[in-house]
Amino acid sequence: MSTSAEAATAFDAARRYRLHPQLALRTERFGALAYHYGNRRLTFLKSPQLTAIVESLSEHASVNAALDAHEVGAETRPALIRALARLHASEVIDVC
Amino acid sequence: MSADTASPELRDRFKHGLEAPICLTWEVTYGCNLACAHCLSSSGKRDPRELSTDECKSLIDQLADMRVFYVNIGGGEPMVRRDFLELVDHAVARKVGVKFSTNGALITPEAARRIASTDYLDVQISIDGATPETNDPVRGRGSYAMARRGMDRLAEAGFGPFKISVVMTRHNIPELDALEAIAQEYGAQLRITRLRPSGRGASVWDELHPTAVQQRELYEWLIARPDVLTGDSFFHLSALGEPLPGLNLCGAGRVVCLVDPIGDVYACPFVLHDEFLAGNVRGPGGFAEVWRNSTLFAELREPQSAGACASCGLYDKCQGGCMAAKFFTGMPLDGPDPECVLGHGERELVKVAAGDRPPVPAGHSKRLRVG
Amino acid sequence: MSEPQAQLYAEPETETETENEVTPAGADPISEVIEDDLLVEEVSIDGMCGVY
Repeated sequence: MSTSAEAATAFDAARRYRLHPQLALRTERFGALAYHYGNRRLTFLKSPQLTAIVESLSEHASVNAALDAHEVGAETRPALIRALARLHASEVIDVC
Repeated sequence: MSADTASPELRDRFKHGLEAPICLTWEVTYGCNLACAHCLSSSGKRDPRELSTDECKSLIDQLADMRVFYVNIGGGEPMVRRDFLELVDHAVARKVGVKFSTNGALITPEAARRIASTDYLDVQISIDGATPETNDPVRGRGSYAMARRGMDRLAEAGFGPFKISVVMTRHNIPELDALEAIAQEYGAQLRITRLRPSGRGASVWDELHPTAVQQRELYEWLIARPDVLTGDSFFHLSALGEPLPGLNLCGAGRVVCLVDPIGDVYACPFVLHDEFLAGNVRGPGGFAEVWRNSTLFAELREPQSAGACASCGLYDKCQGGCMAAKFFTGMPLDGPDPECVLGHGERELVKVAAGDRPPVPAGHSKRLRVG
Repeated sequence: MSEPQAQLYAEPETETETENEVTPAGADPISEVIEDDLLVEEVSIDGMCGVY
């Protein structure tokens, strides 16, 4: 199945991503809850900033561009990229 | 995929409430073709004040607007409602997933085909034993056969993996392996849940709840099988060692709640009692207003007192157990669970006078038939 | 208190230098160092408490 093959490929911050089409995202006070209707996983996004970035991913040419647009500095960038990589592996986000 | 155990930090956040429930249980009717001895909703007779088809659809629309991911539909027996499949279709069309719980008796081959062709629909069939000998004394003569027939029909219709749900009692704990085998036979998921003294369960809890020795067996069995679902039913057992998968906390009014057939909103399906009634969806502001602003839920979302459990080193693992188990056995809510693994609950339970237990409600139970 | 069970995608974390910095009062919390497992967590939803 193509999604699992995709999940197996490395996350690439130079590419454009989007919220997975089977994903429902609900904003909460401390971030968001993300439910994947296909694999039935519930993921908790524990920061409003991460939530905003994830929601805006498809609007930017690349993940790096999205992080720039949200004024993510050098100290916080690696942690956010790792978080996004995890979200990619969980199929919360996928390549456009 | 094995389940995860929620971190303490996450549990803490869930305790203080969410914009919408994660798991909303909706009992669509009190009517039922069975009369299970332990029925948590004391079901049997339909209530004339049941939400109409239009009112049900309006509730579904509200859930969709609140971005509730899916709704757990039960009853009574939900398939007793003639508009049941119509309501399911409405929910799925509004992108609210449906998981429904049934005794399987009304799954005709045609219904099975219709269910199999509906996306975002999960099914759970209830049995309380691996054999009719264990199951039928609790759920009624012939109920085991009807449930298995329902499962067979889902399988024939190509539904795919459904869930088999079992309430664990003193009599079926020895059948855990056999139940797992039945699930494997169908490629189904096994789900086991805790018997609570709720609804008619209050009448049979003393004689049916597992013994302390059985609880430990159950815990070890579950730890070895992280893929068996539990509905977070046994988090009081997490005090026995490493935590079980799940949230390991009471989600009532915080993560989950229940809507009953007449629109009353309770903290969870196991506390259908005025003490835990938050409001009604027929009120102004509908369901969202009750979830977000009811007094009861605001109280439940405040930090809870550990009370008598504060000095116990294991309180963080068990969180004092299940509110419903304490309430319906007449025990204080800020004290040990009646089935506390350290035995603190048993000790407190004997002190509770018979008159201090809430009376067993008649609810919507049918009159007993002779013969 | 037990640690959470091993996350599916956990990597051993080395402390970053900035963790030892004192964050000035009134600083934007968004600019604090955030460990990635503080950002994302998966939870078992199937059959959550109180559910049929």
